[in-house]
Amino acid sequence: MARNPANRSLPTDKGPAVPPSSDHELAIEVMDLTVAYRDKPVLWDVDMSVQRGVLMAIVGPNGAGKTTLIKAILGLVDISAGRVLIGGLPYEQQRRRVAYVPQRGSVDWDFPTTVLDVVMMGRYGELGWIKRPGVREKQAAAEALDKVAMSDYANRQISQLSGGQQQRVFLARSLVQEADVYLMDEPFQGVDATTERAIVTLLQDLRDSGATVVCVHHDLQTVTEYFDSVTLLNVRRIASGATNDVFTEENLRATYGGRMAWLKTASQTEPAQD
Amino acid sequence: MFDLFTDYTLRTVALGAGILGIVSGVLGSFTVLRHQSLLGDAISHAALPGIVLAFLLTGSNEPLPLIVGAGVAGWLGTLLVRAIVRNTRIKNDGALGLVLSVFFGMGLMLLTYSQSRPDASQAGLDKFLFGQAAALLRNDVITIAILGGVAIVVVALFWKEFKLLSFDPEFGSVLGFRMGTIDVLLTTLVVIAIVIGLQTVGVVLMSAMVVAPGAAARQWTDRLGVMVCLSALFGALSGVTGALLSSTGARIPTGPMVVLSASAIVLLSLLFAPNRGLVWDKLRSRRVAISADPREQAGL
Repeated sequence: MARNPANRSLPTDKGPAVPPSSDHELAIEVMDLTVAYRDKPVLWDVDMSVQRGVLMAIVGPNGAGKTTLIKAILGLVDISAGRVLIGGLPYEQQRRRVAYVPQRGSVDWDFPTTVLDVVMMGRYGELGWIKRPGVREKQAAAEALDKVAMSDYANRQISQLSGGQQQRVFLARSLVQEADVYLMDEPFQGVDATTERAIVTLLQDLRDSGATVVCVHHDLQTVTEYFDSVTLLNVRRIASGATNDVFTEENLRATYGGRMAWLKTASQTEPAQD
Repeated sequence: MFDLFTDYTLRTVALGAGILGIVSGVLGSFTVLRHQSLLGDAISHAALPGIVLAFLLTGSNEPLPLIVGAGVAGWLGTLLVRAIVRNTRIKNDGALGLVLSVFFGMGLMLLTYSQSRPDASQAGLDKFLFGQAAALLRNDVITIAILGGVAIVVVALFWKEFKLLSFDPEFGSVLGFRMGTIDVLLTTLVVIAIVIGLQTVGVVLMSAMVVAPGAAARQWTDRLGVMVCLSALFGALSGVTGALLSSTGARIPTGPMVVLSASAIVLLSLLFAPNRGLVWDKLRSRRVAISADPREQAGL
């Protein structure tokens, strides 16, 4: 499976890769994944195994392919080589188990709709074609809004929301998908400190209830505090595993290359500077 | 104006223009929300060669063959735009411009050729350029009503899917919907909305009918459902007004009249719509400047 053993992360404490079985240890398995736009590889031969019930960060410099990795797992981009398994099965058979939080900036927030309506979209997959959302969907959406402390905003037009509120609406929308694997693209992007705390708590609660959460994350300062696992990515997978084992200076240097010098001084002098 | 209730021809014209206004208003809302305003332009121009070819092939100027010809050509145009964007480095707007001008050029060429045929004068194909509502017959209106009705029923059925496509297509595909199929379906409906208006409004200006009502309606509301209904209303209003203005005067083409009516609605909406209107914006900022002291303003 791994063509490049030297580059492979620490084997899990359960031993070498478990073959696919019904009650699967691994929430996500990415094998030999290569994605290219035109001739340029965005991801090159990436292997990643995500244990069930972890809260994982995907970090790496701009253009490292973090978003592409998430989208490849979700089947949103064409894969040149490799494959992805969710709970040991192809994604197409596991759609209902996977929830997605896209980047906040990926939609037009001036769209004429309400907060509650956006959250209800998370139930559309369950509803299927043509059927309209009803009382049950409304109730599920209201409960999810309550979890992200946005109940008061249910009937607001979405363009009236702040960045942090938009992010919480997207989180609520993923919660109503009632999945057990959550893929999130920069859930902390552009939110204030209070909202960030609230979101972290929510993600940790999700993990503690048995779900698997994988986030594209930008702020290296908070990785150890927020996440129990981490994948370091820069087109190739540099390292992946428990944060304590993998989030080392050596691996960070390998991931960020020349820019490490700046990162190091930044972390020593000014914490949380960007 | 009172002729509307007594004059059979005027009633036919108003009915046809009203229905096509409703249909283009409904579909136009989605076009506006998806930032695809240019698509309507490309489809309507691309339809011209289809109309002329349909006439040359069938020798008939019945509405249905011509509409089918227009629809096929318009649809091929959108497919070509997609193919160009996917397979070359030309961006969407460039591809739209290319398809628009090439198809329209071919259409004009075919039109000139067809005029040389003895039966061309009866066919009156040149009315498809700028539209001639006065030429609408009962048969045309029935065709418009049936096709438009089907389009609106499909929108009602796939409301949820079209909303998903317009707001967050990637999320839709994660949910398991085949968004490509939904996109093709919606685009097909836009093609229908455009081709049923070509005889009345003309290929040159029909695209305004799928942009203006939606853009105006967006000013007045923050709900998709309300927006689509308002847009239908505005579309009908501009369609009927334009058609009547042109059929009362001697040989005024309908397209420009319809577009003028639609533009008036857009202008009024841009200025006076509550919340988003420019006038209210100005008033509000003045009131804030007068009433609020600087500290309060900073707190906003």
